Amino acid sequence: MTDDRKYGAIIIGGGHNGLVCAGFLARAGQSVLVVEAADRLGGAARNAEIAPGYTAPSCAHILHLLHPRVRAKLKLRRHGLKLAARRMPTVALDPDGNHLTLGGKRITGSVPDEDARSWRRLRKRLLRMAGALHPFLGRTPPRLGGESWQDRLTLARLGLSLRMLGKTEMRDFLRIVNMNAADLLDDELSDDRLKGALAFDAVLGTNFGPRSPGSVLTWLYRLAGEAKGGRRGLAIPEGGMGAVTEALAASALAFGADIRTGTPVRRIVVEGDRATAVELESGTVLRTRAVISSADPKTTFLDLVGPEHLDTGFLRRVRNFRTNGLAAKLNLALDELPEFTGLDRAALGGRLVIAPDIGYVERAFDHSKYGEYSAEPAIEITIPTVHDASLAPGGGHVLSAVVQYAPRDLKGGWDAHRDAFADHAVAAIARYAPGLAERIVERQVLTPADIEREFRITGGHWHHGDLAIDQMLMLRPVPGWAQYEAPVAGLYLCGAGAHPGGGVMGAAGMNAAQRILATRKGEDAA
Amino acid sequence: MTTKPLYQEPLLETPFHARTASLNQTNEWGRWAGYTTVNCYTDLATEYFALRHAATLFDVSPMIKYRIAGADAERYMNRLLTRDIRKLKPDRVAYAVWCNDDGKVLDDGTVFRLGESEFLLYAQERHLAWLQDSAIGYDVTVEDVSESIAGLALQGPLSATVLKAMAFDGIADLKPFGIARYDVSGTPLTVSRTGFTGDLGYELWIDPDGALELWDRLMAAGSLHRLTPIGSQALNLARIEAGFIQTNSDFVAADHAVRPTRPRSPFELGLDWLVDFDKGHFVGRRALLRERETGPRYRLVGLDIEGRKPAHDALIYHGKARQVGMVTSAMWSPTAKRNIALATLDAAWAEREDGLWAEIYVNKEIKWEKTAARCRIVARPFFDPPRRRATPAPDC
Repeated sequence: MTDDRKYGAIIIGGGHNGLVCAGFLARAGQSVLVVEAADRLGGAARNAEIAPGYTAPSCAHILHLLHPRVRAKLKLRRHGLKLAARRMPTVALDPDGNHLTLGGKRITGSVPDEDARSWRRLRKRLLRMAGALHPFLGRTPPRLGGESWQDRLTLARLGLSLRMLGKTEMRDFLRIVNMNAADLLDDELSDDRLKGALAFDAVLGTNFGPRSPGSVLTWLYRLAGEAKGGRRGLAIPEGGMGAVTEALAASALAFGADIRTGTPVRRIVVEGDRATAVELESGTVLRTRAVISSADPKTTFLDLVGPEHLDTGFLRRVRNFRTNGLAAKLNLALDELPEFTGLDRAALGGRLVIAPDIGYVERAFDHSKYGEYSAEPAIEITIPTVHDASLAPGGGHVLSAVVQYAPRDLKGGWDAHRDAFADHAVAAIARYAPGLAERIVERQVLTPADIEREFRITGGHWHHGDLAIDQMLMLRPVPGWAQYEAPVAGLYLCGAGAHPGGGVMGAAGMNAAQRILATRKGEDAA
Repeated sequence: MTTKPLYQEPLLETPFHARTASLNQTNEWGRWAGYTTVNCYTDLATEYFALRHAATLFDVSPMIKYRIAGADAERYMNRLLTRDIRKLKPDRVAYAVWCNDDGKVLDDGTVFRLGESEFLLYAQERHLAWLQDSAIGYDVTVEDVSESIAGLALQGPLSATVLKAMAFDGIADLKPFGIARYDVSGTPLTVSRTGFTGDLGYELWIDPDGALELWDRLMAAGSLHRLTPIGSQALNLARIEAGFIQTNSDFVAADHAVRPTRPRSPFELGLDWLVDFDKGHFVGRRALLRERETGPRYRLVGLDIEGRKPAHDALIYHGKARQVGMVTSAMWSPTAKRNIALATLDAAWAEREDGLWAEIYVNKEIKWEKTAARCRIVARPFFDPPRRRATPAPDC
């Protein structure tokens, strides 16, 4: 067979996972091309100029999950990734100004001694369990009933890792893992602000309220991501979240990858039951040995591959993959630093959370079940300009907020309600920061419907699909296909829809690259 | 909307019920796809011999029927079924199976190609959700039309003679698996030269409103030819002689099976000839390609068994010691004069020339006795008269 293939692999999508995958493949000597539909790289982890001179994080605004192997192997520091802030504390905002600040195991603010002690114990316990899960974020999930030693080894490791917690703790893990976060918090703590902020962590970016079963697992999962990257804690890169993308792109380019932006893909060409090429919107067909998609599974399979190449059962599962996002993004350009009642300037460099008690978060969630946005939303706020003045013109500031819950399928549609929702979210923040509204130069709101359109993510879900026990590990994105491979040979997934999911972690891209390299080694040997 | 629990739901009556009920002297009824149908009208032997020596009517109205139509109908059928449906011309019928992702058979049935972009799929079990999900991305509509088509199987050596007496022009020239169109007092009638008996025979499809008139006209036309209504027991004997398998009798439909080893692939059912790997992708293709490499686990075979005792539910042994399979359908065939069975064997034993034994249990006046009978793997059908294929159809 003559080979006109210029690239050994073509990666669809230049979000962080696509770039990570490209970096790892190029680093191993593969010829790689990344094609990105948008004019700029980064997907949901890029900067956006929301007003002249104001740079806001388009979606993700905190760097806390980035896998340590991604950081190290892709030499991100050398390629310009510097942190403007690290170990940012979390401030649990209180309507009366009696805020609590959580920095690591320490709580400052008026909280009963008993609660401070209980939180230290609970935190230690959860981090140990999360630590047992962490190794699996950086591995290909095992194929159940699989024949390979690698599958058995990974499965055995998972069992061993949990067993190594010790008998008592393993039992505790098994007891709480499918509990709801509210019950666990009520068991251990009494302070409403503390419980509210922690409950919010448990459900951030999920389709859960604190009383939804499984919300302890999503919390542990988040902590697992933080457990090792966690030495740096919650961080904001110098130059904004877009700097992560720039470092990843620089790294991939340095390792020899090619990158083309403004290059949307029309379809993945399947010939003889094998993905053989990528057809661009321009009509150009690029042949390759492997097509790697960082697009979400629905886009990849339903739109780019097409049902005619897929079996009905698989198609069903892909369609049933739950992808409806519930988190909206609000970016405000401000002419000066907002004043939050009871917080000094330094405290504004933290991560501010509006979740004053568990019931508040649960009520916020309730609305989403009925296609409404929260009357009183739970909100995570950062003000990156406190750490990096270059992100706004003289004296100006950027406030970045994740607003929950904002269901993708809003009753009546988002176009009719987007502005009212944004007013609502601003008012919710202004309750803690009087005068906020007067300082707004420009505001940008991205509902899940906007995220879907802007970043080409089905459902506008930050993780490309719910993180819940039935869509995790060997069940992500669908049972039987959690190994980054697809039923069509030569096609791989490397995006957040694959294990271990989203957040700016890069593990999906890294694991996919390792899987592809291992497959190649086998193929080349044979 | 009815809210009655299922067990309180009366079984439905077919469009022919008024006639079948009045003729059902034994009052033996069976349950078939939610309908009550006749097991045996008078006497099994009478009905069976009428089928092989004269002509019979069997009410097939409970068959599950799907209409598939639209610009992508052919592409869709080719995706759904394992065989290449592009080769099926309009007004022709084909036997087919369809599989799940694992290449295991969901059901078998017949495909009627009514036009370039219109098909009817006749099935044993219900599959609407599967058929509709398979249609994602295709310009087709899939609808359940089971209740809007009444059906009669007219089978036996005199079946063409009866239709000729109905003055259906050119019916004798209808080829096997062909479709012809007539009318009965203005009601359109579709006749296909198909059946489940392995004999000369036809199936007649009509709007339920015309059902009783069709029955009456056929019975009148067949009165001189010993046209006999038959129940499902006689039909079952004929289909075993014809070597036909039946879903959920000879194998478990893949989506019904609870145990993961029970579903069967087309290869395991001996239906290799229905799988076309060259036509492009179809559901289950990748799994079947893998199976082609590793070989099937089982083979469904025809057995010729020593003696006269039907080997119902018999276990098959090799050398009287090692269990290698089991019988799923069995009978003494009066026409072939052979003791026959359909059996599933572990694949390794399906090529053996000898050494297979059936362990047959016989109840002799409330006393079970066990006998071992030598058996031989033989080709199917067990009974294959030339009239089945002869065109023009003979009067016999």
